Amino acid sequence: MGRLIFFVKEAARAMRRNAAPSLAAVVTTAVTVVLLGVLIPIFQTAQAKSDQVRGGLNFQAAIYPDATKAEIQKTFNELKTIPHVEKVEYISKPEALQELKETLGKEKAAELGVEQLRTNPLPTSFRITPDDAANLSSVELAVFPHGENGKSAYAIISNPFGGKDETRKIEQVTSALKIVLTVITALLIAASLMLIANTIRLSIFTRRREVEVMRLVGATRWFIRWPFMLEGVVVGAAGGLVAILILWLGKITIVDPLSKTFHFLEAQNAPAVNFPELVVILFAAAVLVSTLGSGLTLRRFLKV
Amino acid sequence: MARSRKNNSRGDEPRRPRARRAPIIELNDVTKVYPGGHMALDRVSLAIGRGEFVFLVGPTGCGKSTLIKMLIRELRATEGQVKIAGRDIGKLPEKKIPQLRRNIGTIFQDFKLLPNRTVYDNVAYALQVIGASRAEIREQVPATLRLVGLSTKLHSYPDQLSGGEQQRVSVARAFVNHPPLLLADEPSGNLDPVTSIGIMQLLYRINKTGTTVVVVTHDREMVDNMRRRVVELYEGRVVRDEVSGGYTEESTSEFGLRMRAEMGVGAQGEPRTNGHDHERLL
Repeated sequence: MGRLIFFVKEAARAMRRNAAPSLAAVVTTAVTVVLLGVLIPIFQTAQAKSDQVRGGLNFQAAIYPDATKAEIQKTFNELKTIPHVEKVEYISKPEALQELKETLGKEKAAELGVEQLRTNPLPTSFRITPDDAANLSSVELAVFPHGENGKSAYAIISNPFGGKDETRKIEQVTSALKIVLTVITALLIAASLMLIANTIRLSIFTRRREVEVMRLVGATRWFIRWPFMLEGVVVGAAGGLVAILILWLGKITIVDPLSKTFHFLEAQNAPAVNFPELVVILFAAAVLVSTLGSGLTLRRFLKV
Repeated sequence: MARSRKNNSRGDEPRRPRARRAPIIELNDVTKVYPGGHMALDRVSLAIGRGEFVFLVGPTGCGKSTLIKMLIRELRATEGQVKIAGRDIGKLPEKKIPQLRRNIGTIFQDFKLLPNRTVYDNVAYALQVIGASRAEIREQVPATLRLVGLSTKLHSYPDQLSGGEQQRVSVARAFVNHPPLLLADEPSGNLDPVTSIGIMQLLYRINKTGTTVVVVTHDREMVDNMRRRVVELYEGRVVRDEVSGGYTEESTSEFGLRMRAEMGVGAQGEPRTNGHDHERLL
């Protein structure tokens, strides 16, 4: 117990007397944590959004009008057995029309004269959704082995439709986005760690003589290390708290009002920005990195 | 020669350094080769008994500091044995090194004080490290600082002290837990002659309490006037190991006289012969 008090006192004294490097470490930690705190939710949202878009990617295959019910049922079952097909929907003519009206909206539909149609020109079709956007092409190939204008593998299917080019573009863009976001997140975390480690190293380096003297009078490694690590805890906690305060202010003043207006800020299928969870993780990370950073950096100066 | 023999006396010798106990420092054929091939020490053999006061002299680069660093295991011998109190410290596990250093007080030319601590705290740190109780610290620290004559500067910081005072603090720190061995690497290297004498007196007084003192210096005059055992290194070898005194005929300089008077090394007593020390080398 006496030891603990001694170590706490030592850490407090060190911070008082080395205010500048300690403050630099606090600021660095705070800045890094704010950066991570802002970018991680943005990336999470982007990921979730792109996943959502990709999840909805599908294509439609029109059915010859003379196909019988039995034939349709048979093909429906066959389509389901294609690898990576998650869902096959049968869209009847009235359903197709209804969907078209919904997509266009009331005014646009009226403008185009959809309501005035005497017959329904839309074909019946299958809507085929793959389990992942990346498998879209392979599923398409299974249905249309000879390409877009070639004969389908299924007798009753005439041709594909449904914004195929756009679908493919979305697939490619979101794939690239996923990779880019992952790489950037990894780089950012690595950079944060190095930045904090560097600041700590600097603050310890200014005190390497102190460490030398401590060793000289016979202090054990842990005896020297504890005050430094306690200092790391305090610096990490202080930096983390400052950052969380900034993030919280940012959240209530900027993000919250915006997310009411713009839905893209909340990806529906993943509540991306779970603020309390994020705060806890960031705080723990700040303290941990700062503490371990101090302990590990010191090792170099503790070598006999 | 007759006069020098008289000066060589140690009438107030409180103990016999040649006692049967194991020598506190023993070097057997110690060689140190630095990475890069520079040979700092070349088969050095040396024994220093408990309670001795020994000067280690020699020109820059002769291996004095290497030897001191080896005694506190900051360096390891490339070959040979370094024994402290009969124990081969080359074989000491890493964990035991702090223990070794607690039993060796060290004083350096650049004082090596902790700049962010007061005089009191600097000295107290050496006791805190060994887990001394607060009562002990409260008793020992002021007593030691009184011994070195700094009882009025307890709450000053090192940068508020003169060089001599800083060195006294470092002496106090080295001695506060009464180690059996005290090593001083150029303790007066940064100090003027008068202040140097003060530090030497202090070391002498510490020696009289039974602590073995090894002083590294290149101040030949001081050494010759102090009438103590002198080990001279030259290019990594011991080239002289004797009691100085008969060696310089002009040792009656004012400096020497004052030194001897201060230290109480007077005129009476048995002379120590030079050959005596040589025997130990062989």
